[in-house]
Amino acid sequence: MAASIQSLCAPSSFSTTKSIDSKRFHGRKVGLLEVRSDNRTKCGSMPVRCKTGNLVTHAVASPAAASTASSKTGHEVLLFEALREGLDEEMERDSRVCVMGEDVGHYGGSYKVTKGLAPKYGDLRVVDTPIAENSFTGMGIGAAMTGLRPVIEGMNMGFLLLAFNQISNNCGMLHYTSGGQFTIPVVIRGPGGVGRQLGAEHSQRLESYFQSIPGIQMVACSTPYNAKGLMKAAIRSENPVILFEHVLLYNLKERIPDEEYVLSLEEAEMVRPGEHVTILTYSRMRYHVMQAAKTLVNKGYDPESGMRTGGIGASLTAAINENFNDYLDAPIVCLSSQDVPTPYAGTLEEWTVVQPAQIVTAVEQLCR
Amino acid sequence: MALLQHATKSKSLTTLLRPLTTTATQHRSISTETLTIETSIPYKSHIIEPPSRSVETSPSELMTYFRDMALMRRMEIASDSLYKAKLIRGFCHLYDGQEAVAVGMESAITKKDNVITAYRDHCIYLARGGSLVSAFAELMGRRDGCSRGKGGSMHFYKKDSGFYGGHGIVGAQIPLGVGLAFAQKYNKEDYVSFTMYGDGAANQGQLFEALNMAALWDLPAILVCENNHYGMGTAEWRAAKSPSYYKRGDYVPGLKVDGMDVLAVKQACKFAKEYVLKNGPLILEMDTYRYHGHSMSDPGSTYRTRDEVSGIRQERDPIERVRKLLLAHDIAAEKELKDIEKECRKEVDEAIAEAKESSMPDPSELFTNIYVKGYGTESFGADRKELRTALP
Repeated sequence: MAASIQSLCAPSSFSTTKSIDSKRFHGRKVGLLEVRSDNRTKCGSMPVRCKTGNLVTHAVASPAAASTASSKTGHEVLLFEALREGLDEEMERDSRVCVMGEDVGHYGGSYKVTKGLAPKYGDLRVVDTPIAENSFTGMGIGAAMTGLRPVIEGMNMGFLLLAFNQISNNCGMLHYTSGGQFTIPVVIRGPGGVGRQLGAEHSQRLESYFQSIPGIQMVACSTPYNAKGLMKAAIRSENPVILFEHVLLYNLKERIPDEEYVLSLEEAEMVRPGEHVTILTYSRMRYHVMQAAKTLVNKGYDPESGMRTGGIGASLTAAINENFNDYLDAPIVCLSSQDVPTPYAGTLEEWTVVQPAQIVTAVEQLCR
Repeated sequence: MALLQHATKSKSLTTLLRPLTTTATQHRSISTETLTIETSIPYKSHIIEPPSRSVETSPSELMTYFRDMALMRRMEIASDSLYKAKLIRGFCHLYDGQEAVAVGMESAITKKDNVITAYRDHCIYLARGGSLVSAFAELMGRRDGCSRGKGGSMHFYKKDSGFYGGHGIVGAQIPLGVGLAFAQKYNKEDYVSFTMYGDGAANQGQLFEALNMAALWDLPAILVCENNHYGMGTAEWRAAKSPSYYKRGDYVPGLKVDGMDVLAVKQACKFAKEYVLKNGPLILEMDTYRYHGHSMSDPGSTYRTRDEVSGIRQERDPIERVRKLLLAHDIAAEKELKDIEKECRKEVDEAIAEAKESSMPDPSELFTNIYVKGYGTESFGADRKELRTALP
């Protein structure tokens, strides 16, 4: 399935009135009680998993602009360390939080996200499971039904396909079919995506499969700052959350604040405000878009790029078209990965995802 | 489901008619003296010492069993008629014939122990403390149902009594059940989780994966295989190379129990609970039978003969067995038992009437409980175009 990023051309007047607060969609008028359009991205009338620009939720700290975190007093971390910090802080704070997954305990995690947690919290809180994704995901969900808050790690997002029944039927639907009796506060996380020539089965982009499951929230992180914040928010959320990480981003370095902060799961991050074009993207594509943005700026455009912490694909296009047709100056362009299994060869792999050059061309065409 | 008052009431009528013998019976049916009864079939076991065949019970307990099972039987038969009257739609999987498993298990455990099962869940819901009205309302999709009308026959839940459902996908509840046991171990609770599944589900890979994890970490999980010998339309010998489900745990001990004998079930579950708290998981195979087909859309006669069904009804019916015990030990007279059954019928009819009065859920319920409230916003309208929120 194709993962995608999109370019949106919004009217310039539209973008200037936009607050930093993300919502690419209209409806954020202050003081409004009823909003006419559906902010949740969904095509058709399917019940929606909440992801993108929604009405205000309790954002504990503002997900301000990108990597330049305000503190000079913070500490530098790599993204996987930021995830670990978030996990560690939450496990310390709430004894119901536990981790389950393959090699998360004694081995420290295949990407070192859980390194050091097992010696600190013990084998029952950081559980090394056998290789049985369907069952240990089900086990985590069963434990969540009684009130525990497991963080289930899939060594690779693609392996979660084995647990799809548990995620879709039990995780997503139990709150609904039980009439609200059970909440399932799990976090299912893992690395996915293309890069590093891992081959077709280890480079899957599963966002589009999961987005049709009502009842779960999908979130993607792209910088150490938002990785830590989103990890904490996901653990604190009462809903099941799937946190998508990206293999190539694990070694990003950034300075993050020392003090505790939690990000909101429903707001997108405004990376670079601008006037001419709005580009929506998430995860690793953020960096491609930023690169493209630089080129575009040099060419005289002023692109505004928003990072969606969730929300993807054709459904975004459909939802925007459906609800905001009046506001669009030009048709939406959707750039996405190719609908092919990821090949192994390095050069071919590069062309399965969108490259900055393509983004630049698309924007130029759009704004002609 | 106490009924002792009913028992005594009907008894006082008969006391007038037959003064001599009934005074003795009147005392007996509410007495808590210990009766020791032998189960009809010995337990079969796999790498474990089976419990004794002598079960301790009391007259009042036996009366409770009789009444509870009669109520469940009535409920299932009434559901059959409701389904044919098109008041219950979709899938309806009936439990009649298997009542002894639900009642026997419940009598051995507390409400803090967890039970999770598949879709044949009406009677287990009742055993766990669910009310008849909420069961029927849920079956008919009304708002007073246990899941607010949004679950249906296959999704009965009762969190406060540790009943975790109610699951439609065969076998998917097994890892969930092991998760319940995991949480009990995590929280250092002294309680166990009963994970029920059928002979059809016993061939699922998830069972063995979950069993492995339960055994690895010594989780207090009891896996109960309700072997009614048919996985929908396929007989067990056609689906499983080894239909000895209690042996298939390999390194996990197992016990085969006569699932039509409520006392045998009770003994086995009590034994299992004590064992599992110290030693890790156990498999209980309940040899039972369902009179109805797999569900209401299955007549149940294409893959088994009428003679087979009626044979089991005559020889192994759980309610009849308890009735014979009650009569043989002079605990109750024939007439009282018939009266109890009549009361059950009345109770069920009243519950149905009350459930019918309940209205259908409000259209806004379509969008509630998808996410846990906390965003402060809810969407309304058929196409979710209206959003309402409370401003800070």
